[in-house]
Amino acid sequence: MEVYKADVAIVGAGGAGLRAAIAVAETDPTLKIALVSKVYPMRSHTVAAEGGAAAVTRSDDSLDYHFDDTVHGGDWLCEQDVVEYFVAHAHEELVQMEHWGCPWSRTQDGHANVRAFGGMKIERTWFAADKTGFHMLHTLFQTSIKYPSIKRFDEYFCSDLMVEDGRCQGVLAIQIATGEFTLIQAKAVIIATGGAGRVFRENTNGGIVTGDGMALAYRHGVPLRDMEFMQYHPTCMPGTGLLFTEACRGEGGFLLNKDGYRYLQDYGLGPPDPSPRNKAMELGPRDRLSQAFWHEKKRGRTIEGPHGAVVNLDLRHLGAAKLHERLPLICELAEEFLGVDPVHTPIPVLPAVHYTMGGILADGKTASPLLGLYSVGECSSVGIHGANRLGSNSLTELIVFGKVAGVEAANFAKSVAISNPAALEKQAEAARSRALGVVTKSGGTERLAVLRTEMAQSMEDGCGIYRLQADMQATCDQLRELRERYKNLKIDDHSKVYNTEWLLAIELGYLLEVGEAIVYSALNRKESRGSHQRLDGFEQRDDVNFLKHSLAYYTGESAPRIELQDVKITRSKPGTRAYGAAGEKAAAEEREREEPRNG
Amino acid sequence: MADAEKIMEIEVLRYRPEQEQEPVLQTYKVPFTDDTSVLQGLQYIKDYLDGTLSFRWSCRMAICGSCGMMIDGKPKLSCKTFLRDYYPGKLRVEALAHFPVERDLMVTIKDYVKRLEGIKPYLIPKQARTLDEGEYLQTPQQRDRYMQFSACINCMLCYAACPQYGVNPKFIGSGHMALLHRYNADSRDGGSDERMGPVNEEDGVWGCTAIGYCSVVCPKQVDPAHAINMYKAKSSLNYFTRFVAPKDADK
Repeated sequence: MEVYKADVAIVGAGGAGLRAAIAVAETDPTLKIALVSKVYPMRSHTVAAEGGAAAVTRSDDSLDYHFDDTVHGGDWLCEQDVVEYFVAHAHEELVQMEHWGCPWSRTQDGHANVRAFGGMKIERTWFAADKTGFHMLHTLFQTSIKYPSIKRFDEYFCSDLMVEDGRCQGVLAIQIATGEFTLIQAKAVIIATGGAGRVFRENTNGGIVTGDGMALAYRHGVPLRDMEFMQYHPTCMPGTGLLFTEACRGEGGFLLNKDGYRYLQDYGLGPPDPSPRNKAMELGPRDRLSQAFWHEKKRGRTIEGPHGAVVNLDLRHLGAAKLHERLPLICELAEEFLGVDPVHTPIPVLPAVHYTMGGILADGKTASPLLGLYSVGECSSVGIHGANRLGSNSLTELIVFGKVAGVEAANFAKSVAISNPAALEKQAEAARSRALGVVTKSGGTERLAVLRTEMAQSMEDGCGIYRLQADMQATCDQLRELRERYKNLKIDDHSKVYNTEWLLAIELGYLLEVGEAIVYSALNRKESRGSHQRLDGFEQRDDVNFLKHSLAYYTGESAPRIELQDVKITRSKPGTRAYGAAGEKAAAEEREREEPRNG
Repeated sequence: MADAEKIMEIEVLRYRPEQEQEPVLQTYKVPFTDDTSVLQGLQYIKDYLDGTLSFRWSCRMAICGSCGMMIDGKPKLSCKTFLRDYYPGKLRVEALAHFPVERDLMVTIKDYVKRLEGIKPYLIPKQARTLDEGEYLQTPQQRDRYMQFSACINCMLCYAACPQYGVNPKFIGSGHMALLHRYNADSRDGGSDERMGPVNEEDGVWGCTAIGYCSVVCPKQVDPAHAINMYKAKSSLNYFTRFVAPKDADK
């Protein structure tokens, strides 16, 4: 087996992985970096992010505001010390992106422009039209070319982590072109593999978003935190789930039901100003908007389309010029995929799974409990999103914590040596046999796509926008059964060169286990908070018992073990989470309560 | 369902180097509705008819650049090409032209990426600036000068469309010229001299025979042919000024 000796290995070359690689290279140019990705970097799913990246920018904004928006938005399940670090370093990282050439949209006087986003009190979302993720990814990829110490392993599929002597000391990867394995020894490993949205049926995610790094860390005993919190994005394309950015509403778009009525005013998000004020109506947070859709459907006020119930995203009043300047990709998607010109016709939309709030347990410096292992980006739970992420916080997360992960991993790598190379090679051989076992065995009867489809439907049934004990239990049972049937997979392709069916099979193994972590965490959380909403007697938030993170531990063949972990509260005590006029009232009362103390 | 299901015959040019000497055509029958993309058709084949068919895809929304292929002889993104437009009749799908085929619909990307790396596709600041000094100022008008050329998704359709690239795989190609121009035209950048090397070389812009098909097939309206034409002019100028003011004269 080929062995490559790196100092730091990074799995995933999207926004987080690339930013981490650059940080390692800048920390110490003598460190050898192996940047491993199952796709070429520009294919990574960061590319599909549209709306923007948040950082306090305007003079009427403040770090406290961004902190409060994020913590309230996360329904108080955020690690508040980590959020403090995040908001304080957001702006400099966006400026760093600008210095690397990112084509941010500008104000007339040449400064970076900002737009409104859901749940954000002040306009603070930097954007590059509606292709922000695309431009950030390409800027980072192209910039990474400057650093000779970054060696890319493009189209290498990571099949395992090497854990020796209680430390993560490398990864095993399959070169997709040849089917051959490479052991990448590394003194520190950063996982930056993105989310797990593909566990669900209707989602905005690319086909590659299969929870790989989450599953690998999980199998090695690292808990997955807060996995029950899956974000439904309220405005997605019927049938495919493709995303229409929240920036549509940031720029002033309306959501209308079948009567042409801005229904969000009926769900505590009013008043319906003609141009929505921040944190109200269409600029409310994603969990609340997706929940409102669910109720609207129940009440029979949605529109029946070819792919089920939809509402209308109406952008007509923004006018052609603004739409083409600010939302060109949205116009293109609507026209090419739906035959709808948003200048003249509202876009039919529905909620779809978009973002995995939870992930690999990480401390505020991205370190996992397994020595030498770090995680960053959507695969990670560094603690800033809590029970509901605010749009435009995650692109900033990639670069703020990508840098942290790179610096931390670099420093750790400099402090240790590979303990036993022979033991690593032996371990790699065993992992290779396991991976090959998926493709070489014969006599299976289960079709991959059938299992994947059943899994995705079951996740939607049990862990959708609203959840019931019985449905969640049914999903638990079905995933159990699917894991059994997975052992009996029938693979058509037994070749080595670009055997993509083999990789899909390994990915399905990852998805099934991450899916279990999601549904068992959900089942255990007997309250409603953020994106986790129950209708079976646990409709309220329960801070007494559940102001806690969920930790899902892998137990092999049996169900994950769920434990609870305290939440770090620094200065924001759990309060009423309200938006629109009700939110303004709650905020005023909070100020009144706090003022006597401060005075 | 969206509407009545129809059946489309999709012919795929297969090539599996471990078992075939030469590419062979294989035909599959795929049910589809009016909103089924060619990519979804291929996914149906892989999922339910033949798991051995290999192709690249990810985002499904024409931004990741993975799923370019020849569809009835034209380079297109399969995710935003729809089966309905080829019905009734057969549809033929092949790997992107002008690239070595690795397997089925997958081609070698390595050389393309290597050449991309060679053009210094990153900002070489005209003036250094610290983070404390904040962002460079750039007006919307200055940004407009390069924005279109920054939209390339590296789907390589323009290379599959380029007759010159077909005969000379060392030709820099219009996509990379667009990216090169993206940085040269950026008001923050001062690196255009460093980037002229690959432009002037034998395999630089002068290989282009001005067919313009690259811009026709570009799914993102980058208009790479326009970029390449601008550099023909710049390269001529550069050729003459080299004699007047040699690059190393001040050293």
